[in-house]
Amino acid sequence: MGFMNLFKHFLGDDWGVHPDDRKRPAADRPLRVMPVPEKLYLPLQQHLGGPARPVVLVGQQVKKGELIAEAQGMISAPIHAPTSGTIAAVTDITAPHPSGLTLPAIILAADGRDEWIDCQGCADPFALDPVEIGKRVAAAGVVGLGGAAFPSAVKLTGAARSKVKTLVINGGECEPYLSCDDRQMRDRAADIVDGIRIMLHATGAREALVGIEDNKPEAIVAMQAAAAAVPEVHIRPVPARYPMGSEKQLVQVLTGKEVAAESRTFDIGIVVHNVGTALAVRAAIRDGRPLISRVVTVNGNCANDPGNVEVLVGTLAEEVIAFAGGLKGDGIGLARRVMGGPMMGMQIPHWRVPVVKGTSGILAFDAQEVAAQEPDPCIRCGSCVKACPMGLLPLEMSARIRNSAYDEAVGIGLKDCIACGCCAYVCPSKIPLVQYFVHAKGELAAQDRNKLRNDATKKLAQQRQERLDREAREKAEAAAKRKAEREAAAAAKAAAEAAAKQATETEGESA
Amino acid sequence: MTPATLTAQTVASPHAHGGNSVSRTMFRVQLALLPATLYGFWLYGWPAFFLWALTILSCVAFEVLSLKLMGTPRVKATLFDGSAVLTGWLLAMTLPPWAPWWVAVVGGFIAIVIGKQVFGGLGQNVFNPAMVARVALLVSFPLPLTLWVAPLPMSTLPTPDFVSSLRIFLTSLPVPDAMTSATLLGHAKTELARGIDLATALHAGPDLSWIGMRAGSFGESAAILILCGGLYLLITRVITWHAPLAVLAGVAIPAAIAHAVDPGRFLSAEAHLLSGALMLGAFFIATDYVTSPNTTTGQIIFGLGIGLLTWVIRSFGGYPEGVAFAVLLMNAMTPVIDRFCKPRILGRDRKGKPLDIPENA
Amino acid sequence: MIAAILSLTVLGAILGIALGIANKFLKVEGNPIVDELVDLMPGSNCGQCGYPGCVGAAEAIVAGTAPATCCPPGGKALVSAIAAKLGLTVDLSALGDDGPKIATVAEELCIGCCRCARVCPTDAILGGPKQIHNVFREACTGCEACIEKCPTEALVMKPVPVTLQHWVMPKPRLA
Repeated sequence: MGFMNLFKHFLGDDWGVHPDDRKRPAADRPLRVMPVPEKLYLPLQQHLGGPARPVVLVGQQVKKGELIAEAQGMISAPIHAPTSGTIAAVTDITAPHPSGLTLPAIILAADGRDEWIDCQGCADPFALDPVEIGKRVAAAGVVGLGGAAFPSAVKLTGAARSKVKTLVINGGECEPYLSCDDRQMRDRAADIVDGIRIMLHATGAREALVGIEDNKPEAIVAMQAAAAAVPEVHIRPVPARYPMGSEKQLVQVLTGKEVAAESRTFDIGIVVHNVGTALAVRAAIRDGRPLISRVVTVNGNCANDPGNVEVLVGTLAEEVIAFAGGLKGDGIGLARRVMGGPMMGMQIPHWRVPVVKGTSGILAFDAQEVAAQEPDPCIRCGSCVKACPMGLLPLEMSARIRNSAYDEAVGIGLKDCIACGCCAYVCPSKIPLVQYFVHAKGELAAQDRNKLRNDATKKLAQQRQERLDREAREKAEAAAKRKAEREAAAAAKAAAEAAAKQATETEGESA
Repeated sequence: MTPATLTAQTVASPHAHGGNSVSRTMFRVQLALLPATLYGFWLYGWPAFFLWALTILSCVAFEVLSLKLMGTPRVKATLFDGSAVLTGWLLAMTLPPWAPWWVAVVGGFIAIVIGKQVFGGLGQNVFNPAMVARVALLVSFPLPLTLWVAPLPMSTLPTPDFVSSLRIFLTSLPVPDAMTSATLLGHAKTELARGIDLATALHAGPDLSWIGMRAGSFGESAAILILCGGLYLLITRVITWHAPLAVLAGVAIPAAIAHAVDPGRFLSAEAHLLSGALMLGAFFIATDYVTSPNTTTGQIIFGLGIGLLTWVIRSFGGYPEGVAFAVLLMNAMTPVIDRFCKPRILGRDRKGKPLDIPENA
Repeated sequence: MIAAILSLTVLGAILGIALGIANKFLKVEGNPIVDELVDLMPGSNCGQCGYPGCVGAAEAIVAGTAPATCCPPGGKALVSAIAAKLGLTVDLSALGDDGPKIATVAEELCIGCCRCARVCPTDAILGGPKQIHNVFREACTGCEACIEKCPTEALVMKPVPVTLQHWVMPKPRLA
């Protein structure tokens, strides 16, 4: 593996970057379990796809693990109460998002008893039908815990089971500072392997390849020991390079296959899941327990006691940090708050945002770590081209986006960008390249939405015009009809009068 | 809870940086040039030092002037990114060491104002500013630009001291004939033009030398020191090996072939490699970020083009030295090279179409 | 040298004459003022004015069939520029320049008279007689036809609210 890396480096085929991983000492610290907080804030959208719909009322008592919001649509996930208590409100809260905008959430006030509902576990998952496994995983609200939060059931039982040959388990955790997956692989390797076996049964894949970066030697040893008795599960250490944990890159390194653009790994018979997701699937099937908690890494120079913490979904980041030892000097020197990892994580406006299913890390950075600076002009050094794992030209794309030529940027590959951040990481001019790409993708999506909206409003205007024309026409027809009736009635009346007059005259004459 | 300094504007990921910076890169290049420059001062005396200093000074001065005129908001930061100093330094390396002061000033003006700022400043120029200046000077003032001096430590004449060097520099006194000397390339060209074949010409002419004990510009002196500087840049990953190796190969291969065919007419590969500013051009000029292609394949093509054109101009063209012209010509080709030498996007073929999905994976 | 001067002069003269002839016979007809107006306009051909593209709007403004305020994306700046060029006087007070706006009903002021619902070109206003009206956010195009109809001034134009789904990362500021 080392020789191949060297060879490829010489040939110039070394994509990505190799940042200081800064995972220790946080990774080596034992896992701490956070007690139930007083209030939990559960956004209705914690996953990719349609938001969940609340099925509880304010004031309702719920038990731990009870369904409080149901999935809407094919791609969606339900939300369960992380503890027992009362529904305090269903309202808007600040989203864990850089914009600082709000999103609807259910606020749950804990009652302190932490009572579970009755869970329907399963003694032998391998006797279950795969479709049933998929249903239970969906009902448990399991989503991808690597960060993307895609509803996992969709990737477990697809329509064409026969197509999936390989299950890739992502133990890469390539982002610096984060070690939640590392911690879980060290502590719960046997459970993870059990979860993988269940996933193998559900997907019908022949083998599972677990990719773990080689900067986690303890995790590799633990997983190898756990998988020793399971021939279908192979533990594969991979070189530590960011973004090795990215799906396309991991699949290429583990299997040698390239995922075609605009298609998914499923199309080449591969399904990828995170190690944390394997644990959640196991809990959902064996114990019947929904996804209500996860491990989060608290790290960064400003964190007093960095380490991994198991928290309930919906806990405010503020409280997680306080439990994990707080910030140095109560936050003096804090330059940026990040949820997720440093390369792809999101800046959050303040700490009073909740941990959601996809939150892998809470990072408190000082100015030196962020290294923010006014960007210099691009010197066309090409470092970004060398670093891009997708083979794009970030300098060209950003130049076009700067001039608002979004379609040209798409023409040279904007849609293939995975927003990994390697380009901005190496840029000597500190140009915020990823921000250009995210902005452009957002603008293009907004333009598409605008176009749909314009088409719809044009149609509405047209329909209104047709309605008015129809109404005018009907009115004219009715008026004409009434006029004809009136004339007919008047004519009939006149005829009758004339006839009567004629009759009296005739009578008069004859008399 | 007290958030200290927090950016009010929304920022996207990444929230970490690798530490690379423009000024660090420029500083490393200047460090790589230092040995050859100091050696040049020793070889050619004080006038060389004055030329170097004034070229850099005038480049910086014109940069300040241009930035102020353009209304750039961050004049100080832009000034200290090191690019103007580097342009001046490279330009000085290619000039004859005893060139008069006005060559430095005019050269600085052309390099910075016309070669760089007119295009839009750092990162926007199409042509290498130092080469633009050198070519413009060469074409406009051929005499001072081709007046080469033999290295003084070797000669029997006394080295001019500080004051007389200043006088030479500022008043452009005609250099005594005894001190002028032809470069190897110049000598070869004039002799060939006179009909004398190379074997006899070279016998009487200046020696080939790895350590530059012969007439030439700073950049010609001590090819070995330039090579060391280039290796330093390679090790610190400021440059990659593709462009320099391609330049050297682009000269050496045709030269070797031609020399084998007709040694009387064509100089050997070694002669080509060690004379003129070829080493300087290969490691410092052809690797200039702004004016060279983005991809390694493109850089190889770029380098080969420079090498080949240099050899052609040297052997068949009117000027004895061809690197500057070759660089400018290939700079013009860089956008075309960039258009055709793009990396392959993962998941797509070379043409940009998504890869075919195999029937049974 | 004489030959060089003469030949270049003659060449220049011939080419100049050729250009003059081409200008006369190959000229593209067009009202220059229309082109000047098009240059001022956003040029996105969005159609919000109701005319075929910016050229159409410019022609209509010059012909006098469209008001100078017909271009929403252009904002106040464009109206001022057009007015200056054509020598028109335009009332700028009704214009806002803060991005797209939609109509909203202040429920406490609405008396249910239905006058606004009748004039809306996309039927975006929902409401019956004596019932509080409401504007469908997605159907409102911001044309402002309803605003002057309301007798109680319950209708106001407000900026389109940004939601999380529609938020776009801002472009980085240039140094």
